[in-house]
Amino acid sequence: MDILSLFVVVPVLVILALVFTKDLKQARIISMIGALVQLGMAVNLLFAYFRERAVNDSIMLFNRDMVWFEQFNIHYNIGVDGISVSLILLTSIIVLAGVFISWKMEELPKEFFISLIVLATGVYGFFISIDLFTMFVFYEIAVIPMYLLIGIWGSGNKEYSAMKLTLMLMGASAVLLVGILGIYFNSNADGGELTFNILEIAKVNIPFEAQKLFFPLTFIGFAVLGALFPFHTWSPDGHASAPTAVSMLHAGVLMKLGGYGIFRVAMFLLPEGALEWSWFFIILSATGVIYGAFAALRQTDLKYINAYASVSHLGMVTFALLMLNKTAWNGAILQSLSHGFMTALFFALIGMIYGRTHTRDITKLGGLLKVIPFISVVYVIAGMALLGLPGFSGFVAEMNIFMGAFQQDSMFYRIATIVSISAIVVTAVYVLRVVGIMLMGPVKNEAYNHLDATTWYEKTGIMLLLIPIIGIGIAPLWISNLITESLQPFIQGVL
Amino acid sequence: MRHEVSLLAIILLLVVAEIAIPKNRKSSILHLALLFFGIHTALGFLPLAESFLFGGMFRSNDMIHFFKGVLNIGVFTLLLQSADWLEKNMVSQERGTEFFILLFASLLGMYFMISAGDFLMFFIGMELSTLPVAALAAFEIIKRESGEAGIKFILSAALASGVSLFGITMLYATNGSIYFDDVLTTLTAENLTLLGFILFFAGLAFKISLVPFHFWTADVYQGAPIGIASYLSVISKGAAVFILMILLFTVLKPLMYIWKPMLYVLAVATMFTGNIFALRQENMKRFLAYSSIAQAGFILLGLMTGTQLGTATVVYFITIYIFSNLAAFGVVQAISTQTGKENMKDYEGLYRTNPRLSLIMMLALFSLAGIPPVAGFFGKFFLFTAAASEGYYLLVFLAVVNVTISLYYYLLVIRAMFIRKGEDPIPFFENKLYMRLGLLITVIGILALGLYSPLYDYIYQLSAFLN
Repeated sequence: MDILSLFVVVPVLVILALVFTKDLKQARIISMIGALVQLGMAVNLLFAYFRERAVNDSIMLFNRDMVWFEQFNIHYNIGVDGISVSLILLTSIIVLAGVFISWKMEELPKEFFISLIVLATGVYGFFISIDLFTMFVFYEIAVIPMYLLIGIWGSGNKEYSAMKLTLMLMGASAVLLVGILGIYFNSNADGGELTFNILEIAKVNIPFEAQKLFFPLTFIGFAVLGALFPFHTWSPDGHASAPTAVSMLHAGVLMKLGGYGIFRVAMFLLPEGALEWSWFFIILSATGVIYGAFAALRQTDLKYINAYASVSHLGMVTFALLMLNKTAWNGAILQSLSHGFMTALFFALIGMIYGRTHTRDITKLGGLLKVIPFISVVYVIAGMALLGLPGFSGFVAEMNIFMGAFQQDSMFYRIATIVSISAIVVTAVYVLRVVGIMLMGPVKNEAYNHLDATTWYEKTGIMLLLIPIIGIGIAPLWISNLITESLQPFIQGVL
Repeated sequence: MRHEVSLLAIILLLVVAEIAIPKNRKSSILHLALLFFGIHTALGFLPLAESFLFGGMFRSNDMIHFFKGVLNIGVFTLLLQSADWLEKNMVSQERGTEFFILLFASLLGMYFMISAGDFLMFFIGMELSTLPVAALAAFEIIKRESGEAGIKFILSAALASGVSLFGITMLYATNGSIYFDDVLTTLTAENLTLLGFILFFAGLAFKISLVPFHFWTADVYQGAPIGIASYLSVISKGAAVFILMILLFTVLKPLMYIWKPMLYVLAVATMFTGNIFALRQENMKRFLAYSSIAQAGFILLGLMTGTQLGTATVVYFITIYIFSNLAAFGVVQAISTQTGKENMKDYEGLYRTNPRLSLIMMLALFSLAGIPPVAGFFGKFFLFTAAASEGYYLLVFLAVVNVTISLYYYLLVIRAMFIRKGEDPIPFFENKLYMRLGLLITVIGILALGLYSPLYDYIYQLSAFLN
């Protein structure tokens, strides 16, 4: 068994083991062991990758290729570069944190953990795929459990949110399917065989007309998952209704599939289409960045605030990708990672606050710093990271993005960049607003004077997420190098 | 001919058994019929040489042979699923044997229909496959809806057959032959030929329940016994699509420039109508009826191509569709036999009382909706690939829009079973052995047919005969 296939096999084994569990205790222990093993595998993969990279300069390492459907030239073809390795690491950390945060999942625990791990399997599979078909398969596997996760274990208007989220994401994947078929049937433009292999297709000069037609389909297909304005509407509702661990995984990992897919598929395979359409999607992204920030400013529900903040920050990812240069791309991937950790941390904290106070309305909360100091302090730290304070991961990412963006010197790019940068100011306002209202001041409700202390599993979950945020912030170079190296084929292919 | 002879032998054996077995032991006929048909199904997969019989009226090749095998598995599964219902309701009224005889007669008609080498054999086969179903639809005589279903079915079927026969006579008038091979050489796009073709096509479109020939579908499915609704939606539809494909790709190939745009329009109309009407159905049988109309629309995407790829994807899709739909109908059948409940509202909270049935239903619906990794996804993906290979990107786009619409109503059932708790959920019950077997076969099919790629490769090889 090769090192990458394990990322699909191990979760499947965990799922099989979970089927035989009887209660919450067994289910969570097995999920925790499974998630720990996956984290171990991801760390091992990181070091193995460094070792292998030193001696091997092919684009994708640990490649494994097996024919699946011969007639369509569909392969089970997997491999990783620095970008996927970093995202796999992100996934494994968030899954483990998610298991800890769901330690007290009372209702149908077995089914909950199974769905959660199915989702994780889809995400791992997506990140290791080189074949468009398998990539698409894993994409859908990652999305569909969300329906049950939100529908069964969610809160509030959960049936509506779950349906809206699933239909929008599956609708997007349907659009994506047309794009993929379009790419597939043009992959023989240079006289070769039809293929789904991304690396093969990247070498082909797909006709401009086809690129122009299929780029927006592929782009939007992925961008809906990346909450691109105006296709972001599933995200606030979905996050607000989802249980904590699901919000974490979804905002932290699943939404990253969007940006990754845009980069790896839409832009890498259809570079001329990307150039042709970039103006349009830059406008959408910049609008999303500023719109998300202002929307977060007006919300009073903690989850809605964080969901709109995600729209804003992921808008920055697509924005940076469309800036078409190395620095901005580097920033985009860093932003994906950093946002993954930060938003997962936020959702975890929100879940803990909600679990204690039974409200997410910030106007009803106040003075939490006095009652639950640990959670509150971490909330402040996460907030600082979100608004891009130096020393945290957010700063590194945004710095790169805007440095890259300013390298484009036409008027249009400048204006778009300035609009996006101004969102940082708004971010500071909404973060500090929440901190001010919710954490400072007097305790508004008598009942909140005696809230439960943080438990060990909550602390573990928090620390798992906090360490990478600070780690990337203080020592950004090693991860930045990991990414920059892998940008080389994109630079050759797209620019 | 082996399939036909062996099925005929079973029918005769059942007649003998009906006479010979005393009244108080009639229920053993049920086991006997299942045993016979099981052996027939298993033997059906032994290889069979290509053959032309009766001067070319009847022909068989590997693909037709394979497809008969698929139909056999479908019918066998369906019988397993219906066994409990038969034992409860029909054997006591001494009507168990007729059920089998009628059903097998209809299946025999399908064999002849898909093996036809000329229009006469085709027509005889089609009639033989249709008429017994009318009797079967009206089988639950104590229920008014069942009688209504029977009469609705026979009236529309008679009309469709008549129209189809009229079309065949016109084709004969212009070509001077009813043999497919002769017609292929002489067929030209004269007005009379075209009229004949359209009328002929309408007859088959009725069997596949394409829009606008679908009006009978929902009412008949709702009134008929579930096993028969299931038979109509998978076996009958599958066989009709198969023979339509053979005819379009061989005999009617000269008219391709006419039937391509025609199928385009029908595909769009069928997908949208089926899906939009399915959105608001409360009764599970009606729900599955509209869902199966929509699925027929998807099949047309593959039919439109006229290539080997199209043939392979259509046969592959039908094979998968048979298993998926049988699983869905099987669960409806199980619940209906045990509790008599058939509405979506009754399914609320089902997961908490009957987790296995709910999971099977979920798999079936995911397969119908085309969610990986279950088989339906592969079937649909390849169908769309076939359509895209001929450049029909807009049609594929409309199809994927429909996939999303269909996902909505499939999720409604999943919502009822998994998310809602329900005021009065169906209590836990154990299924009988036959029902469990019937569901097990479908589950294996749904899980394995997609991920296991050699099946598709095999079908692709067989598809070469048409092109």
